[in-house]
Amino acid sequence: MDTWRNSGISNAHFLLLALLLFGGQAFAQAQNTCLDCHGALDPPLQVTEQQFTSDIHAQKGLTCASCHGGDPTKADMEAMSKAAKFRGKIERKDVPELCGRCHSDAAFMRQYNPSLRTDQLSQYKTSVHGKLFAKGDTKVAVCIDCHGVHGLRPASDTRSKVHPLNIAETCARCHADAAYMKGYSIPTDQFAKYSSSVHHDALAMRGDLSAPTCSTCHGNHGAAPPGVDTVQNVCSKCHVFQDQMFEKSTHKAAFQAAGLPGCVVCHSNHDITHPTDAKLGSGPEAVCMQCHTPGDICDQQRAAMLSGLKRLDDAVKGADKVLSVAESSGMEVSQARLDQDQARDALTKARVTIHSFKTELVDQDIQEGLKLAAKNLQAGQAALAERDYRRKGLGFALIFILMTVLGLSLYIRQLERQAPKS
Amino acid sequence: MFTRVRDWLDERFHWADLIGPLKKKTVPVHKLSYWYFLGGITLFLFGIQVCTGILLLLYYRPGANEAFESVQYIMTRVQFGWLVRSIHSWAANLMILTAFAHMFSVVFLRAYRKPRELTWLSGMVLLFLALGFGFSGYLLPWNTLAFFATKVGTEITGQVPLIGRHLMVFLRGGEDVTGATLTRFFGFHVAVLPGLTTLFVLIHLALVQYFGISVPPGVEARWKASPGEARQMNFFPNFFLRELMAWYIALGVLGALAAILPWELGAKADPFAPAPAGIRPEWYFMFMFQTLKKIPAKVWFVDGEVIGILVFGAAGLVWMLLPFFDKAGGGRGRKFIMGAGVFALTYIIAMTFYGYLAK
Repeated sequence: MDTWRNSGISNAHFLLLALLLFGGQAFAQAQNTCLDCHGALDPPLQVTEQQFTSDIHAQKGLTCASCHGGDPTKADMEAMSKAAKFRGKIERKDVPELCGRCHSDAAFMRQYNPSLRTDQLSQYKTSVHGKLFAKGDTKVAVCIDCHGVHGLRPASDTRSKVHPLNIAETCARCHADAAYMKGYSIPTDQFAKYSSSVHHDALAMRGDLSAPTCSTCHGNHGAAPPGVDTVQNVCSKCHVFQDQMFEKSTHKAAFQAAGLPGCVVCHSNHDITHPTDAKLGSGPEAVCMQCHTPGDICDQQRAAMLSGLKRLDDAVKGADKVLSVAESSGMEVSQARLDQDQARDALTKARVTIHSFKTELVDQDIQEGLKLAAKNLQAGQAALAERDYRRKGLGFALIFILMTVLGLSLYIRQLERQAPKS
Repeated sequence: MFTRVRDWLDERFHWADLIGPLKKKTVPVHKLSYWYFLGGITLFLFGIQVCTGILLLLYYRPGANEAFESVQYIMTRVQFGWLVRSIHSWAANLMILTAFAHMFSVVFLRAYRKPRELTWLSGMVLLFLALGFGFSGYLLPWNTLAFFATKVGTEITGQVPLIGRHLMVFLRGGEDVTGATLTRFFGFHVAVLPGLTTLFVLIHLALVQYFGISVPPGVEARWKASPGEARQMNFFPNFFLRELMAWYIALGVLGALAAILPWELGAKADPFAPAPAGIRPEWYFMFMFQTLKKIPAKVWFVDGEVIGILVFGAAGLVWMLLPFFDKAGGGRGRKFIMGAGVFALTYIIAMTFYGYLAK
């Protein structure tokens, strides 16, 4: 120190240098005395440094005091004094309003994320959760149940409880707990059913974030079960063409009159499996015959549509098989292979048109697909014929070559018999 | 008619004097004589390459947007286009195979020894030119496999100390493999390499003609001891007709391969797509590729790939100068050459198989 004094470096310079060297983080830590104690306490009072720094609010510059009041720059109990407006633990009944204080304030939120919605609280109040909460039921979900508290991450973070990949598990924490849900008179098998669905498969197995999870159909902050009349609107968000076809169908009015929930009648809700043509059949997976009578006009149309789909499916598979053989024989059939996609598209289109329940419309798509499949089959057969032609040609060429080689051999023998080697 | 044409030529060019040496040319006859066919078969396959290559040029269009489609057109629409392209591809591979076999037969029969050092050197240049043909031709259909294999291949070139980067940019026609690389490779494949190859083939044949065909040392010693055992065959027509038989058989094999296993076209190259799994060079580069893959990323403080390239470069140089070791070391030199030959052959075969079998 003597040396520094002698060299003219003052204490103030030294302090400034130390601050610059140790950076802003050490400075921020020095300002938040809450973590000094709460980092060392046992749960539920524990808030670790890691939890705090990973929280989106802390990252945006908010501190413990933003929610809990108090003065984190003061040490010991002075920080939690009434004079410092310390609020302490937030009561569960106060959570939505506390979060809403900032999240419903568009002007305030604009500073941090101008594109973030600010209607979460008002939506929450329209939800089943919010309505029960307003009646004094504190068991229902509030903000922190889904989003977490201390260590809260934005929904775009895969580690967030409300990231699309994690939402179903988050909802299931309560909704799959029969003991917790006792008294609400709703089933608790939704998560188990959803886990076996085609939607879960797309989301969790294939990582397709556009695939639906609980909030896609039920909403998030305004979560409520879609009513019988509006189920179709929920499904049609993604299944647009099926919806358009269903709108034109006779089933639309019939289902409405009978109070049946649209798409759910045939496809169920949480456990939607990959639909197969067997749904149109008369086996265990069949759905039409649950309402219709065998032999009636609808049954006849069902059978006609099913037979059309089967014909096209067989034609596409048949063409695929021939093209595969041609391809494995080394024939160039890439264009026909590409055209097969169009035939497959026609089959998919026909399956979508089924939702119109009009045989003539379905037949149009089937005929189009059959034409394409026939053309591709022809290309495959032509390639196989060409392969056989080449092999025959090869046979003749090899015979010619063999005869020439034999002829040469005989000629050499004759030549050398006349004039033996030196 | 034939006699009249011959007389006409003889009157103007002294044709009889020109073909005189060829008439006198003889080929030694012994139990290893069949190895002499390999050079001729390689030459025949080169001829096939020239003919089919010219036919392909009638329809092939170099360019990133046209190359793949033009080859697809050749394979599907052009009459016998599939046959021409498949024969061109198969003949290229067989030509390199027979060139390698020819080279090793020369090593093991010690046909490189004095005075045929330059014949060996010109043959080695021809082998390198054939590899250049293979490397440049591989990219021309502009399919996925060729695109990424060329990317890897030129990247390896970039590791050559001092000149590597410039060499890579020169080969690629820029920083990356693009349509410019394709145009450049096309130029090498149809103009530069054929010109050089024709020149070296002429030199090689002239040297073979000048020095005559080598007799293996063991046979030579036996013939010296008992001159009565020495047997020769006239090149024209006796050996030539036998060579013709071999060419016919090679043609049959080529036809069979083209008809039963037509050369694949694959999918069009997409420079923006990720490299597919299992990118491999052509089989004749596999031993080098596999070696470079197995060398650790860093050996002491030097890049493993750089060491690999330097070792292959040094080995190639020693291999080219092989005939000069035979004289220099006497018996030890001969043993070194035989050992190097056995090692090189075993190493190439083993690493090639390893490359194809390894995951």
